[in-house]
Amino acid sequence: MTRRKVVAISAGLGVPSSTRLLADRLAAATGEALRARGVEADVEVIELREVAHEITDNLLTGFPRGRLRQVIEAVTGADGLIAVTPVFSASYSGLFKSFFDVLERDALRGTPVLIAATGGSERHSLVLDHAMRPLFAYLRTLVVPTAVYAASADWGSPDGSRALRDRIDLAAGELAALVAERCLTERPDPYGEVVPFEDLLSGG
Amino acid sequence: MQFGIFSVGDVTPDPTTGRTPSEAERIKAMVAIALKAEEVGLDVFATGEHHNPPFVPSSPTTMLGYIAARTERLILSTATTLITTNDPVKIAEDYAMLQHLADGRVDLMLGRGNTAPVYPWFGQDIRMGIPLAIENYALLHRLWREDVVDWEGRFRTPLQSFTSTPRPLDGVPPFVWHGSIRSPEIAEQAAYYGDGFFANNIFWPKEHFQRLIDLYRRRYEHYGHGSADQAIVGLGGQVFMRRNAADAVREFRPYFDNAPVYGHGPSLEDFMAETPLTVGTPEQVIERTLRFREYFGDYQRQLFLVDHAGLPLKTVLEQIDMLGEEVVPVLRREFAAVRPPHVPDAPTHASLVAAAKAKEQAKEKATEQAAETASGGTADEDVEVTR
Repeated sequence: MTRRKVVAISAGLGVPSSTRLLADRLAAATGEALRARGVEADVEVIELREVAHEITDNLLTGFPRGRLRQVIEAVTGADGLIAVTPVFSASYSGLFKSFFDVLERDALRGTPVLIAATGGSERHSLVLDHAMRPLFAYLRTLVVPTAVYAASADWGSPDGSRALRDRIDLAAGELAALVAERCLTERPDPYGEVVPFEDLLSGG
Repeated sequence: MQFGIFSVGDVTPDPTTGRTPSEAERIKAMVAIALKAEEVGLDVFATGEHHNPPFVPSSPTTMLGYIAARTERLILSTATTLITTNDPVKIAEDYAMLQHLADGRVDLMLGRGNTAPVYPWFGQDIRMGIPLAIENYALLHRLWREDVVDWEGRFRTPLQSFTSTPRPLDGVPPFVWHGSIRSPEIAEQAAYYGDGFFANNIFWPKEHFQRLIDLYRRRYEHYGHGSADQAIVGLGGQVFMRRNAADAVREFRPYFDNAPVYGHGPSLEDFMAETPLTVGTPEQVIERTLRFREYFGDYQRQLFLVDHAGLPLKTVLEQIDMLGEEVVPVLRREFAAVRPPHVPDAPTHASLVAAAKAKEQAKEKATEQAAETASGGTADEDVEVTR
């Protein structure tokens, strides 16, 4: 059986956090959708809160330390990524953005990504398409068409809950399709194969 | 193995007193640090090169020339000389001049410089950093080895029938190290020429530098300069020592917490765990430094950064005393004990002159032998013909 690894990151800060809750549900739905396709799924949910200090330190020193290194390895090594942020001041949170700021360039190139956000009101839902989608386009990822936004009403009312569940399943199905079919392209190792010096010398 | 001090030359306020040294004080402090390095038996002093505040050493050969006149044994070096924004012609001349004044006690470490605004001040563009480093060094390499150079490139006016003066002392150019924090191209460049490679080893976890040094060693062998473990590797490291580890940590913490590069970030303990920074006793510094060999293989030069983060000169000189009296003698002994015989020392002017002479003699001998064989053959043929 084929095996795929999916990582969900949550930039939620509260405990418990609705952002984490959404990340959990998207992760579980993606795992199910993969299994339905006959793909074994390893799903890991990571809270950025736990590495918030390390992320700031990385901004200051230029290198990841401690658990952040493992988190970066997990995210950049995943076959699919679920990225969930709370909406802060009309966009993704600073912690969420800082995490993507410390990744190496091209570290996520070609990775299928499901984007999702939470907020107190549905008025902020366009943050998905106006902030998150451009960020992940810049990172050269493959963002699935359906993005998921969950406002307070989606957790509370019966109609909202049903609509949210449907949307989660739809998005997870899209991500699972990309993850299952993904042809893994090895990212080049800059310290493995080098450009021979004669080529560097001739401006190559 | 060589041990020494490298200084960035930053003017940083002392966070414990709020006092900022003047440029004059800092420049004289760097000289005092170099003289102390010689006094306690260290081998190398290397100065940075910077062209923007808060740094003072914009003119390394002026400073090193002055230090040369006041020292006898110390090797004068740089960390780093900007191969991108300096005209390679001027580097060739300046360092050859320094070589003569210092009786050969000179080598240099080339680096690109990572401050974007500095490049245009010298008519260059940081986006061309790697191509500049490649082309400029290719020219520098020729200027020191060919008496008359015709040259054309992308980044400076062409040269016709140009002779860089003075010629290198004894016809032997200064040994060159290439410093890099992350560029595989620079490791490749060092390997291609059979030059040294220096990893500053200060800010990143060791795994990163292991990959970079491994690449350099592999390519050094590829280009036929020797086996990978004979490549010439230098490493940085930063230390702060007191007799008692707790005293060292207590005294250094405010400097660490406010340091320009890593201050206000990770804790001292976290940073020590992930980088070569060692704050503790001389014994701890010895133990930590000996471990570098396990990570990076046998290496030739260890430079320590001790005058950073606004530490007062008196404290810095105490650090160098401890290095010279307690740390380096042990490191010399321990490193020598485990070093395989085929691993070379870092080249010095004397060893390079000896190598050049040996090469010359071997060449003469080969020519003589060829001549003898040739004349012998002709005689035989003559005999044949006469018959």
